[in-house]
Amino acid sequence: MTGEKTAQATGANASPQEISGVFRGSADGATALKETTKKTEQGISSRAIPTFVAGEELADLADSDERIVVLTADLAGAGRTIDFAGRHPERFFNIGVAEQNMVSIAAGMASTGLRPFVSTFAAYLALLCCEQVRTDLAYTGMPVVMLAHHSGMTLGYYGTSHHALEDLSAMRGIAGLTVVCAADANELRAILRTALKTDGPVYVRMGRGRDPEVYEDIPQGFAFGKAIRLADGDDIALIATGSQLRPCLQAAEELGEQGVSARVVDMHTVSPADAAEIQAAVDDVGTILTVEEHNVTGGLGAAVAEVIAEYGKPVRFRRHGVPDVHVVLGPPAALYAHYELDAAGIAGRAKDLLQQTRGSDR
Amino acid sequence: MAVTFHTAPIPPRGTQERKDLVRLLEEKAKLVRRETVRLSRIAGAGHYTGTFSCAELFSALYYAQLRFRADEPGWADRDRFVLSKGHAAIGLYPVLADLGFFSAELLDNYTRLHSPFGDHPDMRKVPGADFSSGSLGHGLSVSLGMALAARVTGSSYITYCMLGDGELAEGQVWSAAMAAGHFEAGNLVAIVDRNQLSIDGRTESVMGVEPLHDKFAAFRWDVRRIDGHDYDEILDAFAYAKARSDERPLCVIADTIKGRGVQRMELDKDWHVGNLMGADYDDVMAEIDAGLQPVRSGK
Repeated sequence: MTGEKTAQATGANASPQEISGVFRGSADGATALKETTKKTEQGISSRAIPTFVAGEELADLADSDERIVVLTADLAGAGRTIDFAGRHPERFFNIGVAEQNMVSIAAGMASTGLRPFVSTFAAYLALLCCEQVRTDLAYTGMPVVMLAHHSGMTLGYYGTSHHALEDLSAMRGIAGLTVVCAADANELRAILRTALKTDGPVYVRMGRGRDPEVYEDIPQGFAFGKAIRLADGDDIALIATGSQLRPCLQAAEELGEQGVSARVVDMHTVSPADAAEIQAAVDDVGTILTVEEHNVTGGLGAAVAEVIAEYGKPVRFRRHGVPDVHVVLGPPAALYAHYELDAAGIAGRAKDLLQQTRGSDR
Repeated sequence: MAVTFHTAPIPPRGTQERKDLVRLLEEKAKLVRRETVRLSRIAGAGHYTGTFSCAELFSALYYAQLRFRADEPGWADRDRFVLSKGHAAIGLYPVLADLGFFSAELLDNYTRLHSPFGDHPDMRKVPGADFSSGSLGHGLSVSLGMALAARVTGSSYITYCMLGDGELAEGQVWSAAMAAGHFEAGNLVAIVDRNQLSIDGRTESVMGVEPLHDKFAAFRWDVRRIDGHDYDEILDAFAYAKARSDERPLCVIADTIKGRGVQRMELDKDWHVGNLMGADYDDVMAEIDAGLQPVRSGK
């Protein structure tokens, strides 16, 4: 199987028209968000589903929770907060193209007891607003939830200006801030409910708006800082987050057919990371590959490496993500294939790691 | 039983009540300046001049204008005050202590290890501080958030935000100003302490901010320009802020003198942060106690 085919199977390659459809935020945009079902060559059902459900979900929650307000920075359609605006217009604020202003306004709102959700591209929330997030949200402990959509390189050929491959690194270094990644719509639903009960700011990293499904239902018992083991195995542990969960599950399937047993862990919360689950992977499996749609510097791989290093037990370990470069230009699926962040690429990296270390002393 | 401060209107000019109020405020401004000098000595350095410039504004806000309960700092319907120019917190702490938000003795350990009181205010540690500040350019956005929140919850409080003039070079201030005009935040009052200097010198040579009236007016604000050391002008503007019914946010540009009240510091950029010691300390305290003197010519 080639990387490109796998990427298609995961629904990870959109045509330019599909991307712009997601953007318009009109009826046309909604059409582009219609779910599509595709079959992999192995026959795994891998549905690409609408994942920007926060607007709709928050509108439901706001029916009985008067504290909820939603803000956007001229991306009501792209992030689907428009679904909230229609039902609670008096609690929806479009701040225009002024992301830093939006974050600080939300801080002021939260200080009065409201529960603001701010929504815009991850690149601008995490990088442009980094200091506002630190000073106005985290230092003050304001319960503002950031819906950081189109993270990673989901904006493909829009280029580095629109990519967020450093956001986990930037956000992870801020004390008092929970950093969590949503793999799909149901996990986002769980995150929103959990965030509303959390006494402090939360950075929610989201994908592209139409992502392959990982969870058929809202994960039960979901808690920040508590990873979810999606598949068990004892040859290698794939610890992934957000958009990389689905390709990791497919890679695990592929590896299984070749006699390699892979554990797949959803490390949805990158800060604080689930140290116990990482230590369990060291003890039970002994070979760990982290997988993230993020620069290998400072993100999930770094968080896992920190735990491993301090745990002090021998382990075979590699980080897999975007190398420390500004990525080449291309549509998302082509980029995933190029950087081996599709199922085939991940399976290949897993085999490389097992190969390189086979026979070595542990 | 919570005591709610300043629910009565400000007495009109020329009345005995107004004169009595001004006399009280003059004493409170002396308190602000004296404590700024004392606390700076504890810390080893302090932001004297940017605090002296707003001493009259602080006293008028807290002893005549803001609606609050000192024994219930979190009272939901209190007026909000955001000190966007957070480096003037050294002058705000003594006012909050004097009003009973916390014990004045706590200030004796100002800036020492584990003190709640740093050079910039921390809302988590200082009762009465409505928001943390220190990073310039954020406060007007935060204040607008509070003002919009009042609209959502149906509360009648007014949000006041004090900005420095050097701070106006931050782009976020103008994003906030634009949004406040757009959202017709009539329950928001910005006070610009136009003390003429930023750290490196005159604003008009470092980064010109004028014409300020026209700028805020162009962003759809109601604008008043006053002498920020003249209590009658301050109180008239504050009475107007309370009485007016306007969809536009209000900007009060207070023309002030950085370092006002201590002649050696007036409009001297080198006293933005400084440390008075020995005989200088006593001289300055005596000068403050004598009250405001005419500004030296040539300044």
